[in-house]
Amino acid sequence: MATAVRLLVLFLLFLSSPNPILSLYEDQVGLMDWHQQYIGKVRHAVFHTQKTGRKRVVVYTEENVLASLDLRHGEIFWRRVLGTNDAIDGIDIALGKYVITLSSGGSILRAWNLPNGQMVWESSLQGPKHSKALLSVEKGSKSKKYNIVIVLSRGCLHAVSSIDGEVLWKKDFDAQSLEIQQVIQLPGSDFLYVVGFSGSSLFEVYQINAKNGEMLKHEIASFSGDFSGELSLVSSEMLVALDATGSSLITISFHSEQISFQQAYISHLVEGFSGPAMMLPSPVTGIFAVKINTVTVFIEVTDKGKLEVLDKTEQPTVISDALSFSETQQAFALVQHEGNKIHFIVKLADNWGSNLLKETIELDQQRGLVHKVFIHNYIRTDRSHGFRALVVMEDHSLLLLQQGAVVWSREDGLASIVDVTTSELPVYKEGALVAKVEHNLFEWLKGHWLKLKGTLMLASPEDVAAIQRIRLKSSEKSKMTRDHNGFRKFLIVLTRGGKLFALHTGDGQIVWSVLLHSLRYSDRCQHPMGVNLYQWQVPHHRAMDENPSVLIVGRCGQRSDAQGVISFVDTYTGRELRSFGLVHSIAQVIPLPFTDSTEQCLHLIIDADKHAHLYPKTPEAVGIFQSELSKVYWYSVEADNGIIRGYGLKSGCVGKEAGEDCFDTRELWSVVFPSESEKIIATVTRKPNEVVHTQAKVVADQDVMYKYLSKNLLFVATVAPKASGEIGSATLEESWLIVYLIDTVTGRILHRMSHHGSHGPVHAVFSENWVVYHYFNLRAHRYEMSVIEIYDQSRAENKDVWKLVLGKHNLTLPISLYSRAEAMTKSQSYFITHSVKTMAVTLTAKGITSKQLLIGTIGDQVLALDKRFLDPRRTVNPSQAEREEGIIPLTDTLPIIPQSYITHALKVEGLREIVIVPAKLESTTLVFAHGVDLFFTRLAPSKTYDSLTEDFSYALLLLTIVALVAAIFVTWVLSERKDLQEKWR
Amino acid sequence: MEKGKAVMGSGRRWAVDFTDNSTAPSSRDIPDPPGFIRASIDQDDSALSRQKKDAEANWKAQKAWEVAQAPFKNLMMMGFMMWMAGSTVHLFSIGITFSALWQPISALQGVGKVFEPYKDNKVDLLGPKLLFIALNLGGLALGVWKLNTLGLLPTHASDWVSSLPPAQEIEYSGGCIPLQ
Repeated sequence: MATAVRLLVLFLLFLSSPNPILSLYEDQVGLMDWHQQYIGKVRHAVFHTQKTGRKRVVVYTEENVLASLDLRHGEIFWRRVLGTNDAIDGIDIALGKYVITLSSGGSILRAWNLPNGQMVWESSLQGPKHSKALLSVEKGSKSKKYNIVIVLSRGCLHAVSSIDGEVLWKKDFDAQSLEIQQVIQLPGSDFLYVVGFSGSSLFEVYQINAKNGEMLKHEIASFSGDFSGELSLVSSEMLVALDATGSSLITISFHSEQISFQQAYISHLVEGFSGPAMMLPSPVTGIFAVKINTVTVFIEVTDKGKLEVLDKTEQPTVISDALSFSETQQAFALVQHEGNKIHFIVKLADNWGSNLLKETIELDQQRGLVHKVFIHNYIRTDRSHGFRALVVMEDHSLLLLQQGAVVWSREDGLASIVDVTTSELPVYKEGALVAKVEHNLFEWLKGHWLKLKGTLMLASPEDVAAIQRIRLKSSEKSKMTRDHNGFRKFLIVLTRGGKLFALHTGDGQIVWSVLLHSLRYSDRCQHPMGVNLYQWQVPHHRAMDENPSVLIVGRCGQRSDAQGVISFVDTYTGRELRSFGLVHSIAQVIPLPFTDSTEQCLHLIIDADKHAHLYPKTPEAVGIFQSELSKVYWYSVEADNGIIRGYGLKSGCVGKEAGEDCFDTRELWSVVFPSESEKIIATVTRKPNEVVHTQAKVVADQDVMYKYLSKNLLFVATVAPKASGEIGSATLEESWLIVYLIDTVTGRILHRMSHHGSHGPVHAVFSENWVVYHYFNLRAHRYEMSVIEIYDQSRAENKDVWKLVLGKHNLTLPISLYSRAEAMTKSQSYFITHSVKTMAVTLTAKGITSKQLLIGTIGDQVLALDKRFLDPRRTVNPSQAEREEGIIPLTDTLPIIPQSYITHALKVEGLREIVIVPAKLESTTLVFAHGVDLFFTRLAPSKTYDSLTEDFSYALLLLTIVALVAAIFVTWVLSERKDLQEKWR
Repeated sequence: MEKGKAVMGSGRRWAVDFTDNSTAPSSRDIPDPPGFIRASIDQDDSALSRQKKDAEANWKAQKAWEVAQAPFKNLMMMGFMMWMAGSTVHLFSIGITFSALWQPISALQGVGKVFEPYKDNKVDLLGPKLLFIALNLGGLALGVWKLNTLGLLPTHASDWVSSLPPAQEIEYSGGCIPLQ
């Protein structure tokens, strides 16, 4: 057996040694990988003006993506991802050909070419303090003398030329306490009004000449009460503000010589008013809206500053900005929910009573409420005005409504994935959901005939194209049933919008999606957010008829003692089975390695008070857990305090009226890092689902090293507190990186190593008995990767062949971590040219196949790097035996082979995580990388040694066999005949 | 060739046997010619044939020894080939090693056949046979030794532990940085 394995390994090495590159041919792109592009939840949309091509809209999103979308189909024309630390504050279109963006808290202003998204200019704006960042582009002025962009950033007002980004003038508001709220630019005038609050009750107005930045007027007025800070411009000379209690509205007229306030109590306007009100942005001149709890009230401001209620509605309502669609007319849109329908209403600004357009559209329930609406007009063939609306939904999807129908929709929630898990597909049986109809025999034969022609080089270019089409559209890969190799799975994806999607690994299609009821806004849970996904029920042996399900863990709000929410979803149908708003908070979720009789996985949820709650809450589960109680431990990493604590469990909660399923914890050990010299920046453990084939590592000369394989090891990286910021924030002497390997059951530190002059951020992966981590070396000014391998010295004596042959050894007996095994480590460091966003390591079903590291590079690509390059036993001149073993001669830098980018020519914009799922086929592993884009592919780190390749021609094999059999038969007949003739002679 | 045999086998109609080894005159129908003394010829013949037989036995014994020693040359050649092949596993060395293993085994299987022609009552074949077997066993040992040097024999601890699954751990611990 062992020799067979070694022969196999040697054979594999023989196969792979000439070039350890796993590249694709051009025609293999898209066969087993797919790539999807998204943009994220749209925050603002600007439609192209009349002059430029009108079929596009420019949007920016919560993922800091600037994109130009096609209004006909919703496709992306171009897209720029600015990244998480360059948040967009505002966009507008200038000169009809540039998109101006303000980002990074108002400090960077950029202009992008509208048709193709190329950057035209960029200017950085400096200012003394942080403030609201506002962007306004002068519009409507007929004279094109000055095309200036007015930018409020960092407490300064800048006028920037939209042609080249040059700052024309700058006005510094040095009043320290001034909080500028709005910059008002009236059409057709050269004056700018800058309004804001100073302190809580002072209102300030600056009048500024837009041409040169000269301050013309500065007025301050004091109000008797306090302002809440919300301000809305209702007409050219009037503002409406809300007071601090949210119970009265203040109209402010600021044009006249003296600023005048008029206070109106909301309770006088609206009957039965209770609770604080919220201002909604004013859609058009003279009208603004106030939201009181769930009621939206529309209020008109008359010329004399009197307030009148126009309308109020209980239904969730969203208002668009005003749209001037002809010389004189302004319109705005309202979207109101009613049951599972929405009403899209367009009204003229000066005529509240009548609707210009009212359409009722039925929407998918799984999209939730409308969050934002942007309207746009077009001219129909009969020269009348038509309106279309871009609608942003609760699940972050984007829809275009036109003529009472949804023209297109984009599932942009997938741009912000929180967590990913997988689920098996249903086993094929009669009546199971099988989406794709099997194609008939004729097509099968035709396909194989074409393939055969391709193999025999007889195919014409048309045939080649047809073959490629067949390969790409193969219905085999997108079938809805489980396959033999385990390539087809569901990727269960939880998005920030609280929606759960099931993506098919074959082609990335959305099989089902569900907006989780428990993760939606409610009175009890004001800011729900999904946190993690866990496999809840994975039926295989005992409960084959059950559908698999996943556990979704969420919480209400950011605080650590916020209430938790858990929910269970059936992964075949996407039905939410049940959900609880929990009474306790959720600090940690620990999946336990035990299952009950229905294959439900036991989970331990630790709350903020360090009580452990067992799920499922059944007596059976409690029984199972009670029997294992003394063997279960948990730990928590308090990164802020620099402490790692380990806990044990005991049954029953003290001082709580909790049931059997609540357990108390007792602290067993703690590792305290000195806060003045060390700060925890990264921790990593082994993946719980990782399978290891063997505990021994055979080194050259048939020597054996026993791996230290423990699931309870924690890798911790700490840096000097000064070096925890950006690279360059600390000098060489002030920065160090210390790595630890800690046993989380006993708290024992197995290994400690320090890298002087090294700097974070640290990215690490932990697999089998090794850790690979990536950091910055200040001394060499380069990124470095290190590997640590841990071996068990106390097992090293097990080298007697006869004992091993007869099985008289204790190598496979269960071990306790209290037995204090002796660990021995080997490590080595290498330079790498890439900085890293995320790292992962391949996992396979049985752990026999060699490993590859997957590195998410800063360029949003995924690079596969063989683990053999990170082997601490590499030397400059390996001996013959070591070479045979596959040890590569040592080099100081890890090679970056262009062909080993698994994303080939694609980019996974905004890459956040790489998820690895083993397939059933040992050689293959499934890789899912997500960020703003999604990318999925299949990897075979040692090539597919256990199956024939995809493009293997079965037809050719069959034909060869048939031809050979025929040849045997013919020659046999011929030889018989010849024999007979010989005998007659 | 085959045709001829077939004809000989099935198509024989008559035959004359010229040899006559019988010694007793009574058994013959025809009396001996006058002046012919059967006994003297017989005696002469027997003396001559005894000599001949002795010579043949000697020759057979000599031949048997020669045959028994033949594997030695083979052994030397094999050793040389093995030395040439080196100690890395590749097609050539594996081929050599397997032929080195196969030759002695097949030779040992056919020990009886090899010494069949030299079988005689007077020849003692035990010695040559033992030598033959010993030399072939030596060849086999050489092959096995070669197999071992190639690392294809499970004689090291590594061969027995490389498929041992990792030991189970009694304790289980879970955790992470608490959700923020």
